[in-house]
Amino acid sequence: MAKTLFDKVWDAHVVERLQDGTCVLYIDRHLVHEVTSPQAFEGLRMAGRRVRRPDATIAVVDHNVPTTDRKSGIKEADSRLQVETLERNVAAFGVPYIPLLDERQGIVHIIGPELGASLPGMTIVCGDSHTSTHGALGSLAFGIGTSEVEHVLATQTLLQKPAKNMKVAVEGTLPFGVTAKDIVLAIIGRIGTAGGTGHVIEYTGSAIRALDMAGRMTVCNMSIEGGARAGMIAPDETTFEYVRGRPMAPRGEALERAIAWWKTLPSDPGAHYDKVVEIDAATIAPMVTWGTSPEAVAPITGVVPDPSEIADEAKRAQVERMLEYMALRPGQKLAEVPVDMVFIGSCTNGRIEDMRAAAEVARGRRVAPGVRALVVPGSGIVKRQAEEEGLDRVLTEAGFEWREPGCSMCLGMNPDKLTPGQRCASTSNRNFEGRQGPGGRTHLLSPAMAAAAAVMGRLADVRELAR
Amino acid sequence: MKPFTTLTAVAAPLPMANVDTDKIIPARFLKTIERSGLGVHLFDTLRYDADGKERPGFVLNQEPYRHAQILIAHENFGCGSSREHAPWALLDFGIRCVIAPDFADIFHNNCFKNGILPVRLPRAVIDQLMEDAKLGANSRITIDLAAQEVVRPNGERIHFDIDPFRKKLLLEGLDDIGQTMEHAASIDAYEAKVRRERSFIPGIEVRA
Repeated sequence: MAKTLFDKVWDAHVVERLQDGTCVLYIDRHLVHEVTSPQAFEGLRMAGRRVRRPDATIAVVDHNVPTTDRKSGIKEADSRLQVETLERNVAAFGVPYIPLLDERQGIVHIIGPELGASLPGMTIVCGDSHTSTHGALGSLAFGIGTSEVEHVLATQTLLQKPAKNMKVAVEGTLPFGVTAKDIVLAIIGRIGTAGGTGHVIEYTGSAIRALDMAGRMTVCNMSIEGGARAGMIAPDETTFEYVRGRPMAPRGEALERAIAWWKTLPSDPGAHYDKVVEIDAATIAPMVTWGTSPEAVAPITGVVPDPSEIADEAKRAQVERMLEYMALRPGQKLAEVPVDMVFIGSCTNGRIEDMRAAAEVARGRRVAPGVRALVVPGSGIVKRQAEEEGLDRVLTEAGFEWREPGCSMCLGMNPDKLTPGQRCASTSNRNFEGRQGPGGRTHLLSPAMAAAAAVMGRLADVRELAR
Repeated sequence: MKPFTTLTAVAAPLPMANVDTDKIIPARFLKTIERSGLGVHLFDTLRYDADGKERPGFVLNQEPYRHAQILIAHENFGCGSSREHAPWALLDFGIRCVIAPDFADIFHNNCFKNGILPVRLPRAVIDQLMEDAKLGANSRITIDLAAQEVVRPNGERIHFDIDPFRKKLLLEGLDDIGQTMEHAASIDAYEAKVRRERSFIPGIEVRA
């Protein structure tokens, strides 16, 4: 029977199929960070269990860490406790760990692919919903809760039922100024935040094939914002080229054997999908969210919607609440909304390609008066590469702040937060109420659009700044 | 894990869709290394004003809902992050059952790991239960997991579906890891097979 990419990776990892269809699913890679693991290690300790496969596990600190000078340690006591607890746990259980001051430290979803720890055809989990990022390599990667973190540490498996298959096909050529972030925001705008619930999305089509790995990761990263458990893209030459030479990836003859297997993974012709969505790439514009759900999104050329034009009462009330929280008027032009803060970074857009896109817009310009703009590279390796390319200079000369790697203002668990009422153009993934700090207002957009907002002091169409 | 069998309790009406995990428990409260103690921060921004004072209009700040053990909500409850702090906060507050038209996948999964029963029912039924819940202390709702029924205050019994494997774990309060350990021989055999067939995948090692 014709199988999808998801079916093939799933089937290759079924240890045992139980009577009711629940599977014992083997996990190839387990990424661990400081926020969702302390209670899992504590559970192991209480039950006298060990970590079954330390050599399939890698730990790093990212959510809590400061993005300014780190030599003096972490000032916030509760953040420091979580980091120290992880350090104690990895030492006690023999788990490979990248310390805070190591150059390879960074956001867990940036460093997995970057180090070659995440590879095509694998099952990859992490106690973080944006684990879907790694699906860009053609792996099945999804977020789990802390009980499941403990379950994987103890057994290297999960008890799961297979998800349904959903295909999102993006065909055609992206217009000038439109990026991977705009593709995924457009998709979420179309399917809604629950559009993918119960499904794994496979992204296909010529516009997806044409993306580099960074762009593919941005798309897969936000699958969870469309409700999907995971996002996947079939591995191809772009994938193999990306993997080649990464420190934890196979090399030489082993890599050739791996590629031979990976080439068998793309979906078979005629494979069945439970849901199919088709999008014409040519119709996508640079996107920006106006509400407190990622589905509340519109082209930058558009306006804030008018709730009075919404027939469904519940939906209308929801939009009214969003506009009140966001302090926006119905019919207001999105390109006229002023911003106080700009955040460029996160597991969605913290890779070197994103730094380049931001620097390209910033070059020779200045951050608008009254605006603060933070650029937070996704890892120490991204940071060094950007500095070697001189991007840090371009950005700092334009008035952007150049920071140390971490999750930072994506979720404000470290000191980088919005204050109540502040409005932020952000390359992160969630615009929920209070996500970037209590009372903060978030507009999601691409790195180039974020840089454009910084220099214009308002949400702006990056195409107007084209040189 | 505490078994879930039957529950008769006050239900709190929360007629909101897309209640995300940041709403259930904002990220700034995730800096704990314990599972307990999060109930005080459940729905923090809805429940407290900027000075930390209770907002009297919020349902869980009102009697009898301060003691609610059931929560009734609209579509896509628990969307967003994988943080298990969301069900921990619900449980610590005292909520053992959430009833909604549908749930986000990871949250749904996390509930079962903590002895919380997520019940999916059609929106029309939710609308009735929401009205029942608004009547307060004399309008208790019963959940009978073995029978897979929600019993309205007027005695009407409503059937709900649940995965049989998850039902069994909840009813008996069984630990997932213990269940999986029963398949240890299969896991050993799978690992041996993969070591032969996919020997090209190296193990992880972090060198200084």
